[in-house]
Amino acid sequence: MTFLHASEMRGGYGSGADILHGCTLTVQKGEIAVIVGPNGAGKSTAMKAVFGMLNLREGHVHLGGEDITQLSPQERVYKGMGFVPQTHNIFPTMTVRENLEMGAFIRNDDIEETIEQVYELFPAVKDKRNQNAGELSGGQRQQVAVGRALMTQPKLLMLDEPTAGVSPIVMDELFDRIIEVARTGISILMVEQNARQALEIADKGYVLVQGANAYTDTGAALLANPEVRRTFLGG
Amino acid sequence: MDILNALVAFANFVLIPATAYGAQLALGALGVTLIYGVLRFSNFAHGETMSFGAMVVVLVTALFQSWGISLGPLPTALLALPFGIAVTALLLLTTDRVVYKFYRKVKAAPVMLVIVSTGVMFVMNGVVRMVVGTEDRRFADGARFLVNARDFKAWSGLDEGLAIKTTQVITVVVALITVAALFWFLNKTRTGKSMRAFSDNEDLALLSGINPERVVTITWLLVAALATIAGALYGLDKSFKPFIYQQLLLPVFAAAIVGGIGNPLGAIAGGFVIAFSEVTLTYAFKKVITYLSPDSWSPDGLVQLLSTDYKFAVSFAILIIVLLFKPTGLFKGQSI
Ligand SMILES: Nc1ncnc2c1ncn2[C@@H]1O[C@H](COP(=O)(O)OP(=O)(O)OP(=O)(O)O)[C@@H](O)[C@H]1O
Ligand SMILES: [Mg+2]
Repeated sequence: MTFLHASEMRGGYGSGADILHGCTLTVQKGEIAVIVGPNGAGKSTAMKAVFGMLNLREGHVHLGGEDITQLSPQERVYKGMGFVPQTHNIFPTMTVRENLEMGAFIRNDDIEETIEQVYELFPAVKDKRNQNAGELSGGQRQQVAVGRALMTQPKLLMLDEPTAGVSPIVMDELFDRIIEVARTGISILMVEQNARQALEIADKGYVLVQGANAYTDTGAALLANPEVRRTFLGG
Repeated sequence: MDILNALVAFANFVLIPATAYGAQLALGALGVTLIYGVLRFSNFAHGETMSFGAMVVVLVTALFQSWGISLGPLPTALLALPFGIAVTALLLLTTDRVVYKFYRKVKAAPVMLVIVSTGVMFVMNGVVRMVVGTEDRRFADGARFLVNARDFKAWSGLDEGLAIKTTQVITVVVALITVAALFWFLNKTRTGKSMRAFSDNEDLALLSGINPERVVTITWLLVAALATIAGALYGLDKSFKPFIYQQLLLPVFAAAIVGGIGNPLGAIAGGFVIAFSEVTLTYAFKKVITYLSPDSWSPDGLVQLLSTDYKFAVSFAILIIVLLFKPTGLFKGQSI
């Protein structure tokens, strides 16, 4: 079942020039979709567009069959979308636990169980729960950021470069966690700079170039595609 | 040498007044820091907000007195405080809807909001003058002293009498309660935490479903309470003179910035740093030194480092020194 379907998105920042030129992204239920591409290709912009932080001039976003193109980011959170931005993705002067609590702000039920799940997924987050998030290492911060987004119990989790600035071991671990999250039925759309590793775990891969889809295929097929290998994966 | 008498004189003229003044500045600075943290601008109208709140308290106090309502030894103004807060909250929320909301919507630069708040300052200043005029009013009633100089002398047998005004004690007690309540709210309640989250990272707060307009409204409500309490306590302790609050703006801002603007703990520390520096540097230490020196030798001058006319220069100097060496303030605030 197609869970997220963002079709033919065209738009830019404010009244500026278009950055997305007909970009299409689809994610199935419980599937991991990965966007790769050169710096400045518009990957982050595409994520923001899907999340409603950008006015689309053309195109639509459907979530679970419903057209959400006109909804604000907050309304999309209520619809079951969670987003971890590329930068500034934590509350630095609040404790790790408070970061998680704020992630669950829209919920009125008991959040303890979800907090325990996040602690289980990321033991480092549990260890640092009473420390200010701004005092953590880059990798720990990313884990807090992902944990915060999981607190709303989203159906679609969007991650913009979750492994940025993370050591290779933590990166592998983070990818393992992401696979675990996907297994629980959550769809994942993520942008990754570590294209090779990301495509290995991806059910579907998108290569974005200058705001448009250059290649779309399964992760394995993109890894095997000689042209993609040569131009984007460095041989 | 007479250390006890020297200590009493020091407490009388430096320690006690500076503590009360520091508490008043701290409450004022907390308001400034909250606005800076959440709405991201320096609110130059804050002094006038304190003046307005104090004015309402003065008027309601007079009304209560005319009805014969009193709190016995405590000032009637304490009863009037909630009314002052409510009316000030109404004023601030109206100002926000009529003025600030527009600039938020167009995402105006902070410096523009500073200018806008200066305009608001003049309007509020005019309103206060139109309502109560410019003259001085004493509105403290009840017992004047908690510890009376004469009784203290009789009790202790010292030459120097310790005097503690009721208003000074009330200032410190009310400030303590207010600060405790504020910190409990900010650190323990969901709404308070959402305010801190918004102050920390506005975009992420939005992504978490926190409603910005609600955060702004609650901030103004807190600011109304803090400003009214600070203004009323200052007026109780000294007297209510509308002009004074304009002058208080400098030490209040200095306190907020010195402590680290945006950081509530810093605002409190800053309030006391400014108050103690101001009082210590402008106090004539002649009496204290005379008590301390052998054979009742007494210095010729007043041993006053600065004339009281220069007290505002003290806040200014401290402000500049701190900004030079620690631009984010003593506690880590946002850098400005
Ligand atoms: N807030 C913004 N306002 C205006 N233009 C922007 C903004 N953010 C990004 N851009 C522009 O949009 C284009 C695409 O940027 P985007 O951040 O989407 O790239 P990206 O693919 O995520 O790159 P990277 O891999 O470096 O993160 C760039 O040319 C950039 O200059
Ligand atoms: Mg990016």
